[in-house]
Amino acid sequence: MYGALVGIGAICGLLIVSAFVLTEPTIERKKAEALERAIFEVLPGTASSAHFRLRTDGRFERTDLSQPGEPLVHPAYDVSGELIGLALEAQAMGYADTIRILYGYSIESEAIVGVKVLESKETPGLGDRIETDAAFRENFRALDARLAEGGKALAHPIRTVKHGEKASSWEIDGITGATISSQAVGRALDASAASWLPDVRRRLADFRRME
Amino acid sequence: MASDSNANVPPSTDEFVKGLWRENPVFVQVLGMCPTLAVSNTARNALAMGLATMVVLVMSNAVISAIRNLIPKQVRIASFILVIASFVTVVEYLIQAISLELHKALGAFISLIVVNCIILGRAEAFASKNRLLPSVLDGLGMGLGFTFALFCLGAVREVVGSGTLFGVAAFPGAYQEWVIMILPAGGFFTLAGWLLLFNHLEARRAARATTGATP
Repeated sequence: MYGALVGIGAICGLLIVSAFVLTEPTIERKKAEALERAIFEVLPGTASSAHFRLRTDGRFERTDLSQPGEPLVHPAYDVSGELIGLALEAQAMGYADTIRILYGYSIESEAIVGVKVLESKETPGLGDRIETDAAFRENFRALDARLAEGGKALAHPIRTVKHGEKASSWEIDGITGATISSQAVGRALDASAASWLPDVRRRLADFRRME
Repeated sequence: MASDSNANVPPSTDEFVKGLWRENPVFVQVLGMCPTLAVSNTARNALAMGLATMVVLVMSNAVISAIRNLIPKQVRIASFILVIASFVTVVEYLIQAISLELHKALGAFISLIVVNCIILGRAEAFASKNRLLPSVLDGLGMGLGFTFALFCLGAVREVVGSGTLFGVAAFPGAYQEWVIMILPAGGFFTLAGWLLLFNHLEARRAARATTGATP
């Protein structure tokens, strides 16, 4: 009896390990490709991109995707290799689970120019309208993310307001029926922009030009 | 339900066909309700979930049938679950390798195939008592029947709830979506509708059979 169980267990274990080893390179490659596509999507005009991490001494250093889980910024360059912006990750608790988004920050206009939801389990038809609602996506054509004097914080915190009450360029027009999800997007962007952008702007030279 | 099936009819075709309609796992046996209700909000998700379940069902039926004489009776359920869980894990990796988008859409429900009662049900009721070929055919038939049922629900819910089918607009012009249809409640409504239809057809068939037998 024990022999049968142990035998089945061993074979099953072997099966799972071989499936993992066989599929892992493909999955990793697909993930990298998906990230690349997402960067192009949130920063129109991107021709190539790279991955940088923030070192403890406050400088940015080029890296690759080999260490999963490490917070990265992805500078994007146009065809001539000129830095046009950065793609950054943000996350906040939505209605169902953590919503993870990638957003494009344009250096020139100091604004968020594109947002893509990387991961969400929001309710289909309601919360997932943060991905599908055209009017909501319109918010991220040029969402103001300027830094305040001194460059230590955002000039205006990014926030989601009730649908139809958007008055300023740093406010996100929310979705009726998806209040929690659209507010989560605002919170995620605000938290991420407030923590990354001061460092990014201070060390812009680290990303300059694709070598 | 399986022991009487190899008397007169050629066993192979019947093992396959019965799962499609007469013993359809969802509409007749009413098994596997969790994925049926949860992952049938779009036609694409429903098809993918059905096919993933079918792959696991065929593979686990095959393996369990092949080793049925080696498994001691006392630990058979544990052994079945072990085999099923392994195939689910393999399928999960495969889906991820095929499409990350699809993996994202199906979410936790792939892992939950492990506890789908159709699979353990077929292992216990059929594969553990039958030879390899009938077991594979049984898995294929039941899997296709499950996929068919999920698709029936998914198509209706997507058309009514989002106004699309496979992501393509199903109605010309503007359509006010019935959002409730892609929420859990809509799953129950749609399932009830299909069960009603199936039971109605079955009752009519039975009535015709009795009147035909006693003229």
